[in-house]
Amino acid sequence: MAQDYFPLLVFIVVSIVFAFIAIGLPSILGPRRKNQQKQEPYESGIIPFQDARRRFPIKYYLVAMLFILFDIEVIFLYPWAGALLPLRDGYGIWLALVPMGVFLFILIAGLVYEWSKGALEWE
Amino acid sequence: MDWLNLLVIPIIRSVVIIVVLLTGFAYLTWYERKLLARFHVRYGPNRAGPKGLLQPIADAVKAVFKEEIIPGHVDKVVYLLAPALALAPALLIWAVIPLGKDFPAVADVPIGFLWILAIAGVESYGVILAGWSSNNNYSLLGALRSSAQMISYEIPLGLFLVSILLLAGDFSLVNLVEAPRAWWEWLWLWIMFPLFFICILAETNRSPFDLPETENELVAGFQTEYGGIKFALFFMAEYISMITTSAIMATLFFGGYALPFGIGSDILPILGPFILAGKVIVLLFLFIWVRASLGRPRYDQLMGFAWRTLLPISLGYMIITALLTVFFK
Repeated sequence: MAQDYFPLLVFIVVSIVFAFIAIGLPSILGPRRKNQQKQEPYESGIIPFQDARRRFPIKYYLVAMLFILFDIEVIFLYPWAGALLPLRDGYGIWLALVPMGVFLFILIAGLVYEWSKGALEWE
Repeated sequence: MDWLNLLVIPIIRSVVIIVVLLTGFAYLTWYERKLLARFHVRYGPNRAGPKGLLQPIADAVKAVFKEEIIPGHVDKVVYLLAPALALAPALLIWAVIPLGKDFPAVADVPIGFLWILAIAGVESYGVILAGWSSNNNYSLLGALRSSAQMISYEIPLGLFLVSILLLAGDFSLVNLVEAPRAWWEWLWLWIMFPLFFICILAETNRSPFDLPETENELVAGFQTEYGGIKFALFFMAEYISMITTSAIMATLFFGGYALPFGIGSDILPILGPFILAGKVIVLLFLFIWVRASLGRPRYDQLMGFAWRTLLPISLGYMIITALLTVFFK
């Protein structure tokens, strides 16, 4: 069984090796003519007056939090989706649908709450 | 020989796939430039070789022989790692895409769906790390926008994948292509295809959802500080993602390597990759057509559409699919 997955590992290694070779290639082949101007950050010709390590809007953090919530819920749906027909044949229609229905009800209630609180607005 | 099966064959397959994808990428740029030129009523590249066919090769040689510039203000390790992290996932999804009945791209594993979801999740890391390590205001803003957009559209995408999985009842992509479907299943799938395609456009940062790199406000977004081959790698990641997602859509919605009604499936299994390639080329035309036709939405419209329109629709679609599957299959 585990042997079936070994080619995936090989493919991961080959892809990463390829990407690193591509990154390393110009340092061998390309010219080297360094100067101070090339070292500076690009700010459309204006000399930058502050570092870019600074605070950014909280709404991105909110999106990331919502994403984690919903993504985990989507992950919970996968095993159920894969096993729906065997569940129906083994335990009947109601046992296949009702537990996930309860879960989805809580999920949708959460979504409605977020919506009413304005967490889904981007302003 | 165990050694041969375990190591040599996968390495050969991986290298072949990467080479084919790189060639595909090179000629996708040519295809896109030619098509966009046609949409704009001009000629497009036509100097290097007949009909500009050698243009991609000239571009590649130029990128490799550029000077390597690592600006002084960047976080060096992450800055160099980010292009690799962007490119590798785009290639990796190909591991599970079936090219024929007994002919997987790299590995015949029964977890195709999970692999696609997992690798698609990694794709946003390259972007956010590139933007953060560049230490440039444009890059940081572009990366934030891009990652917020990618993760927002990943949720409806995941829910649509759950719906397809409900209909298929199996995590294997080969079984998905091989299993017979009733006419109402095809119809129900195709109703969803436009929405799925919108999610894919946002996931791959393609226009009209290319807000991370809106030239008129953010220069080039997260890749502002990247030049030469490192820029080419981001470019490659975007275009190979286009090819990859087209192959995924062809497999999920349009029968992948098989012809409709099972024509010729037993006679010529070697045709599989070419049939898949044909479907991919048609879907790539869609990407370019959309790019030539539509303008960008505002960023709040983009995020609002993901959370307030696509998410409820995909949830509802998933629930209806579950009911249809339980009662009619």
